[in-house]
Amino acid sequence: MEHVANPLAKKPSELRTHSETIAFVVMVVGLAVAPFFTYPMFLMQTMCFALFACAFNLLIGYVGLLSFGHALYFGWASYLSAYAAKAWGLTPELAVLAGTATAAVCGLIAGSLAIRRQGIYFAMITLALAQMMYFFALQAKFTGGEDGIQAVPRGHLFGVIDLRNELAMYFVVFVVFLAGFLFIYRIIHSPFGEVLKAIRENETRAISLGYKTDRYKLVAFVLSATLAGVAGATKAIVVQLASLTDVNWPMSGEVVLMTLVGGLGSIFGPVVGSFVILLMQYKLAPVGEWVLVIQGAIFVACVLLFRRGIVGELANKLRIKL
Amino acid sequence: MFEIFGVPSTALFGQLLIGLINGSFYALLSLGLAVIFGMLNIINFSHGAQYMLGAFAAYLLLQYSGLGYWPALIVAPLLVGITGVAVERLFLRWLYKLDHLYGLLLTFGLALIIEGVTRNYFGSAGLPYTVPESLQGGRNLGFMFLPNYRAWVIVASLTICFGTWFVIERTRLGAYLRAATENPTLVRAFGINVPRMITLTYGFGVALAAFAGVMAAPIYNVSPQMGSELIIVVFAVVVIGGMGSIFGAVVTGFGLGIIEGLTKVFFPEASNTVIFVIMAIVLLVRPAGLFGRRG
Repeated sequence: MEHVANPLAKKPSELRTHSETIAFVVMVVGLAVAPFFTYPMFLMQTMCFALFACAFNLLIGYVGLLSFGHALYFGWASYLSAYAAKAWGLTPELAVLAGTATAAVCGLIAGSLAIRRQGIYFAMITLALAQMMYFFALQAKFTGGEDGIQAVPRGHLFGVIDLRNELAMYFVVFVVFLAGFLFIYRIIHSPFGEVLKAIRENETRAISLGYKTDRYKLVAFVLSATLAGVAGATKAIVVQLASLTDVNWPMSGEVVLMTLVGGLGSIFGPVVGSFVILLMQYKLAPVGEWVLVIQGAIFVACVLLFRRGIVGELANKLRIKL
Repeated sequence: MFEIFGVPSTALFGQLLIGLINGSFYALLSLGLAVIFGMLNIINFSHGAQYMLGAFAAYLLLQYSGLGYWPALIVAPLLVGITGVAVERLFLRWLYKLDHLYGLLLTFGLALIIEGVTRNYFGSAGLPYTVPESLQGGRNLGFMFLPNYRAWVIVASLTICFGTWFVIERTRLGAYLRAATENPTLVRAFGINVPRMITLTYGFGVALAAFAGVMAAPIYNVSPQMGSELIIVVFAVVVIGGMGSIFGAVVTGFGLGIIEGLTKVFFPEASNTVIFVIMAIVLLVRPAGLFGRRG
């Protein structure tokens, strides 16, 4: 049985660390100069989705758990963040914090239910719980129903920096994204992360070694949900809108697609994947519903032809780790 | 007219009937999912889309070849079942050696394709499909009015469920199927063409979804998104019931339909979410599901 992702098990370790460092530097420099050449709005959204996909990848790529309901954390964090900024008049960093906390609590509840079943049931449970919270969002008063929460003020960061300035906003998102990315990198390369990978490879063996795998899975789930929440909460401030789109099931599917296209279990994969998918959506916006068909076709193609994704295939060709 | 817990009896029985109808569809769809999962080890995410295809096939057959409801009830599942066979031969058979979740991802992609294509050609608005003449009208049972068509849906779905149970549990063909689920290599050694059996099982499961779609066409409008929301509820039904037993799938399907109907009477705000709440409770109390084995 082939597992979700383990493209590079036995490669020289020096080259590995170097390739990751080089790729990271390229990414940081690229993102730092990019707003001067292209639309900051598009890049900010890409970074939010990239963080979202990285958080999702933490679960599927490193624990082997397919959550099909990650829109729940992304969407609800964006609602709370938007509401805190608009109705309570909180500063953006506190609004994002409120959204993130919401996602963490949701993740704790949904995660402790979902880890009670394995494999394919896990995916169905997460999807069903997310759909339940979608209906709550649809009916609750504060979410504004079909309209969502519009005209969310960006406010002043720490009460000082005016985020209505596009570049200021950009670099805040940049810092949030990098912090999230490095945090995930740190998790994966910690002893805790090694246990997660052991669970992915062979849960029964991990249990027999004395690890309480359920606890590890739950902590990983909450971390993933929380980081997805950071992404969603930040996005609500950036686009000044929280809506049903972010909490509905197609969004859960989209983050799966981004990660799959980029490469499951690759640290840079979700970043590349979300860039590719968002670019495609922008370019294909005029053809309307065909976007759905194309996304479906990409799913099928990825599963049948290149399961490692763009970054995974590239890393495999070059025999490096990315 | 009398009242039960402060609710007029007609409203109560009316919602119970709607619950039974919804339950029929939950039962038929979760049955198909269970049959496919048993044989292919794949959760068929495109099940909802294939249900929708069944309804569209019935609509198109009526529009373009004048085939009415009764022929469509046979022809539409057959046509959609054949597309299912093609899907299995072209795509799914490459996935059997891989992790389960690739099957889920691939069929999710197929569902997006099917839904996207139908939306492009038919728009998001629902298309009407009238109840066949022979089943129009209804009868007054004294305590409620029972439309003939709805009675037919419940009876037909119970019959199909019982028939499937009978074939799988009580016939030689079913014995082969169950044996192949347990140990495909051994069954092959007895000279049984297991790959063909897998293909036909998928085709049958898909045809079952399409059959449900044809039956749903006169009740709900025929629309591209009719399947995607239903399939998520059916997933919850499957989690509650477990996919180990056919009987379990049917009982859970009808039972949850009825509970959902009752919720509409007593606490309408929760009617969308009640099945998911029940799923959460079942996971807390009996993690393996009501009829499932642990795993």
